[in-house]
Amino acid sequence: MFGGIDPALLIAALIVASVPIILAAIGELVVERAGVLNLGVEGMMIMGAVCGFITAVSTGSAFLGFVGGALGGAVLSLVFGVLTQFLLANQVATGLALTLFGLGLSSLIGQSYVGIKPPLTDAVPLGPFADIPFFGRVLFSHDWVVYLSVASVAAVWWVLRATRMGLILRAVGESHDAAHALGYKVRRIRMLAILFGGAMAGLGGAYISLVRVPQWTDGITAGAGWIALAIVVFASWRPWRALVGAYLFGGITVLQLNLQAAGSRIPVEYLSSAPYLITILVLVIMSSGRGKAALNAPASLGQNFHASR
Amino acid sequence: MVRLEKRPSPSAFWQWATPILAVLLTMVAGGIMFALLGKDPIAAMRTIFWDPLFNAQFASYSRPQLLVKAGPLILIAIGLSLGFRAGIWNIGAEGQYIMGAIAGAAVGLYFFPAENRLIFPLMVVAGALGGWAWAMIPAILKTRFNTNEILVSLLLVYVAQNILASMAVGAMRNPDGGGFPGSRNLSQYPSAANLELIPGTGMHWGVIAAFMAVIAAYILLQRHILGFQIKLAGQAPRAARFAGVNPTRLVVLCMGISGALAGLAGLFEVAGPAGQISIDFNVGYGFTAIIVAFLGRLNPIGILLAGLLMALTYIGGELAQFMLGLPAAAIQAFQGMLLFFLLAVDLLTNYRVRLGAKREVA
Repeated sequence: MFGGIDPALLIAALIVASVPIILAAIGELVVERAGVLNLGVEGMMIMGAVCGFITAVSTGSAFLGFVGGALGGAVLSLVFGVLTQFLLANQVATGLALTLFGLGLSSLIGQSYVGIKPPLTDAVPLGPFADIPFFGRVLFSHDWVVYLSVASVAAVWWVLRATRMGLILRAVGESHDAAHALGYKVRRIRMLAILFGGAMAGLGGAYISLVRVPQWTDGITAGAGWIALAIVVFASWRPWRALVGAYLFGGITVLQLNLQAAGSRIPVEYLSSAPYLITILVLVIMSSGRGKAALNAPASLGQNFHASR
Repeated sequence: MVRLEKRPSPSAFWQWATPILAVLLTMVAGGIMFALLGKDPIAAMRTIFWDPLFNAQFASYSRPQLLVKAGPLILIAIGLSLGFRAGIWNIGAEGQYIMGAIAGAAVGLYFFPAENRLIFPLMVVAGALGGWAWAMIPAILKTRFNTNEILVSLLLVYVAQNILASMAVGAMRNPDGGGFPGSRNLSQYPSAANLELIPGTGMHWGVIAAFMAVIAAYILLQRHILGFQIKLAGQAPRAARFAGVNPTRLVVLCMGISGALAGLAGLFEVAGPAGQISIDFNVGYGFTAIIVAFLGRLNPIGILLAGLLMALTYIGGELAQFMLGLPAAAIQAFQGMLLFFLLAVDLLTNYRVRLGAKREVA
């Protein structure tokens, strides 16, 4: 139909390609709703990728690999949390440090794992559903992490919208002084949000090294963390919009890969730039004109909290 | 109970002492990391920090490398520091560095093999313009559409890397290179070469440009109204608005200066030490310069010293790779760690650490 590209396969691939971005973006969304700007998503993702890969290879279990990835991301985010919440370091600079450190450390601990194949992450057996024409291929033949990513979007949406926990989290993000005056533990709540964000980014990173690629190479995340950050802005800090943004991005990635494989006349280097350029374009559209994304940003985003009284 | 008390004004002592404390803490933590990797930590530290300068066998090679590596780091970090001071976060210097190199090399390759004294100055201008233009994309998107400059400048690094790859295998490939990727070697083309000016020192035009940038930035920040506006916008954005500082102008200027300086660094590198446009031409100077800028406390003199120190870790890291079999990535993690410690101990500049229970305020 589209120059020999099967739409069912394309959509199925799009869903898989979006998973790391969804996981990282939904984690960062929670962090930012709590008023913390963690620019270290790329670093936490790549630590998740390498920790997940090593755990999976040494235990032979892909599931444990994902657990290891989430732990790796969370441990690195703990460093960010201690620096910004207790030592009151600049959040932008600390986030950058997290990315630079994560890239170096991951390549250090991953160097003896280059060229190994990780254990397989199987599709969830959904029996008859998988045999439905078109929809079976598109929706019902994925591995469990794909379903987890969508479920996490739903869960975060519900928690933020309908629970006491979500209300407190949002209060801390909108006005930490008011939340503190009401007796909420601003630092503790923010630390928990940061750890959640780290674990989700780590999970997303592990999905890249265990399923998407699947192997370990230096710099394997290739900017996915930065795109996740952009998608949070695109989504105006709303979970379902983040899902849409991630699928849009996944679609472009898969489409350009298919065009490359189909031998398009556009040089490969320019096709590979497309996802980044489109992300920029979307950012521009979202941040200008009516319904400015910035208007929806949590009011205390990026500001450190120091209880002076 | 440990608690923090905000200082009325930043401590002058700790402003100078924190970078030194951070370096010492990083050495301790780095030593532990090297010990975990099964290397003798004392030997590793000596190889990284001492041998490149004073070891009889290596110093003659390593010492000139110090300026070669420090030049681009200082040049880029000076530009970044202006923006960081004003709260404008250009973190895509790596991309501007690449685009400067491509633009400058394009001019040189266009004139090949003609010999003319004007070719190199033209390349310098093109390099600065290339980096400037690439930085103008996030700057204009920021001022016109209020788009986040952190994300745009960073995403453009990946685009620049793709353009670099396309240039190395396509438009700029050496026609006499037997089909291998990579351009002609500019350092072997006399009119375009950025050669060592004083033999045995590593001093090339890029290093001179870096020193000039340090002096210019110092004067700008101490004596010029623009420097005052930059500092004001960073420390008190509201006061800056009342004082009539035009934020649009500040964004365009800070991004433009940092882009142009990063582009210059790229041009001096491609015409000198690197020699050619190749796929792996960029080695992360644009990112390491962020660490240099913070380690130098965004102060021109501090950046000069921090750039030299960071260059030393690069050279020492290579030496340790060769002598002790220390992995190349270890030094990258080491540099990242330095930034962590720096940000952590920076607390001491702005806060007093008090022990004991809180006094009740009457």
